[in-house]
Amino acid sequence: MRRRTFLGTTVALGSLGLLAACAPGSDSGGGDGAAPAPKADEVDTDIAALGDITLVVWDQEVRGAQNDAIEALIGAFQDKYPNVTIDRHSQSFDDLQKQTGLALSGNDVPDVLQVNNARGDMGAFVSDGLLTDLTGYAEAYGWTDRFAESVLSKMTYSADGVTFGEGNLYGLPQTGEVCGIYYSQKKLDELGASAPTTWDELFTLVDTAKEGGEQPIMLGNLDQWPALHVFGPLQANFVDAKTIVTLGMGNAGADWTSEDNVAALTRLAEWGSSGALGDSPNGLAYDDAWPEYTKGTGVLLIGGSWLGPDMEAVMGEDLRFMAPPPGADGKVATTGGTGIPFSIPAKAKNAAAAAAFIDFITSDDAMAMIAENGGMPVNRTAELAPDKGVNKDIYEAFDAVSTEGTLLPYLDYATPSFADTAGATLQEVIGGQATPEAAAGKLQEDYADFTERS
Amino acid sequence: MTPGSTGQRLRHQRPSAVARGRGTPYLFLLPAFLVYGAFALYPLGRAAQFSLYEWKGFGSSTFVGLGNYLDLAGDADFRRAIGNALMLIVFYSIIPLVVGLILAAILRRGQVRGMGFFRTVIFLPQVIALVVVAVAWRQIYSPHGLLNDVLRGVGLDALTRGWLGDPGTALAAVGFIGTWVEMGLVMLLMLSGMSRIPAEQFEAARLDGAGAVREFFAITLPAVRGEITVALVLTIIAALKTFDLVYMTTSGGPGNSTTVPSFEVYFRAFELREVGSASAVAIVLTVLIFAINVGVSRIGERES
Repeated sequence: MRRRTFLGTTVALGSLGLLAACAPGSDSGGGDGAAPAPKADEVDTDIAALGDITLVVWDQEVRGAQNDAIEALIGAFQDKYPNVTIDRHSQSFDDLQKQTGLALSGNDVPDVLQVNNARGDMGAFVSDGLLTDLTGYAEAYGWTDRFAESVLSKMTYSADGVTFGEGNLYGLPQTGEVCGIYYSQKKLDELGASAPTTWDELFTLVDTAKEGGEQPIMLGNLDQWPALHVFGPLQANFVDAKTIVTLGMGNAGADWTSEDNVAALTRLAEWGSSGALGDSPNGLAYDDAWPEYTKGTGVLLIGGSWLGPDMEAVMGEDLRFMAPPPGADGKVATTGGTGIPFSIPAKAKNAAAAAAFIDFITSDDAMAMIAENGGMPVNRTAELAPDKGVNKDIYEAFDAVSTEGTLLPYLDYATPSFADTAGATLQEVIGGQATPEAAAGKLQEDYADFTERS
Repeated sequence: MTPGSTGQRLRHQRPSAVARGRGTPYLFLLPAFLVYGAFALYPLGRAAQFSLYEWKGFGSSTFVGLGNYLDLAGDADFRRAIGNALMLIVFYSIIPLVVGLILAAILRRGQVRGMGFFRTVIFLPQVIALVVVAVAWRQIYSPHGLLNDVLRGVGLDALTRGWLGDPGTALAAVGFIGTWVEMGLVMLLMLSGMSRIPAEQFEAARLDGAGAVREFFAITLPAVRGEITVALVLTIIAALKTFDLVYMTTSGGPGNSTTVPSFEVYFRAFELREVGSASAVAIVLTVLIFAINVGVSRIGERES
């Protein structure tokens, strides 16, 4: 009985505490209390006149080359404006991404913060009014001339966060990324083949490699997302770029179950069942796959530009990279995008200085510094390309795609749950557990659910 | 000794009014209760409260009553996760218990030399961080990993596969890691239970003509009933709240074939930003763990 009373009291106390506590989120400020974003003629670009300020910057540029570049840029910015002290907090992308929501909803926000482009991140913050609209700054600083349109669209949302790719600008990236095709020159020579210039040549090359006893394409898809970087470029061979952009950005008006999308999924399924992607791509981890490729398993590896330098360290000149062959509408289109963009929270205390900082670290000089430190700058990529090595191929491919072709969004930008849906579905397509039609239906369900709700 | 001094001493020994009060025992509980309340009950209560809202983790929230729970009822992913967790109980609890019991009985009977060494080796997985365990096993299971190499080496090429990438084997592969980890703990518990059985009992049984099997069921098993209950409670909790192994090995894949409730909590809260739904999963998981373990303890208590 005693125990009962004690338990009862505990429950009662607990419920009292609950009643006293307010609804989740109601104690946080949201977007209110933030100054409206300035128009172009209101933008204050005279940073030296702002007096002594401390600019709080949260970034995820922790890896070697990235860290060197941002450190150098911060140093240069402080030299230019001695009145500004930069207080930098850097952490891994995963850590930063998980804190961003909480950090932005409080009142003590950083001045500059890297926010992932995806709908689940930037889109959600925009619709809650937590980020500053940078459109005015873009005009004042000339960012629209500096950046290619297909690059800027990856940081653009309507003010209510519903449309992705059009509307206001909410961040600027420093670096670029592109998914393309790595190939081993030595293996192509052995097979008597050359780098494919059309998708049909690529499909033939896959067959040739298989007949030659080689694994045609290396893929480690245990982590679920790597297949998206293979399917993205492949999809562009079957589906026109505009439709993929609509699907990938989660805007209404496209359909995953269309014939061409199913055809793309069918090709992926064939690659899976024929062993073109290896015996068990779903059982191999991404970070185990590319080292195996460098050791000689696989003729091709379809993946992101970030793998280049590490693989080159082992393979040397044997490793080459190319943008995928031209897609369905005759122009090159492939999955790619930007490094994580730098944004200004709506409640930033030093928005003017923050904008000047973002301007500085994305300037033409900054691009040169990023290239010097081994990163791939998002602008001036062709002119800053190194003379040789895989980075030369990568820079040229990115430049070709971003300026002449279409940089397709990562498919998981589409909806908050699409990374999971697409990751799981593509695994099932490759493994043969789902037919291409069924897979298309699952993707459509997620996409339609989201576009109809918003 | 004067009467006065006796009275004084008596007064001295009599507890004060405070000490005699009915609430006094609770005063002693208070410090611990405050800590427990602040770090266990309050978060639990808040999670229960969050589960009644639709909330992204920031910004405003909408009260939806039991809506999140109703959604879970029709959610195939969630049902799959619960089903997988129940399946993991077989790997985390039942198999280690059966094998652990037998191993312990053999070790006890056989008086193996170097017993301390074997005990340490079998217990070792418990000491290693689960993340490290997961990374190591991911290598073993990989298409060109140790397991497949061994299979190829003995001519069983037909069995080789990416163990974590095949929907038919992925859950069992993850579960077996659990078996490997929990085995040592269970065996150690059983050994310590068996060491308390007086040797005379075995001697008596042997004189009555009981063999090893009979001895095991008649003496050993009933004597370690308490340890079995403890082992089951500990390992079932571990099975139901598995997160690190799944997160590090398969991320719930291939497809959704290895997703578990804890992974769903993480995924919903941090990837989908559905804090309400994540809290609802967490509450259901808490209730499930609580209910199963109350059941196990009740059965254990009743039979002893």
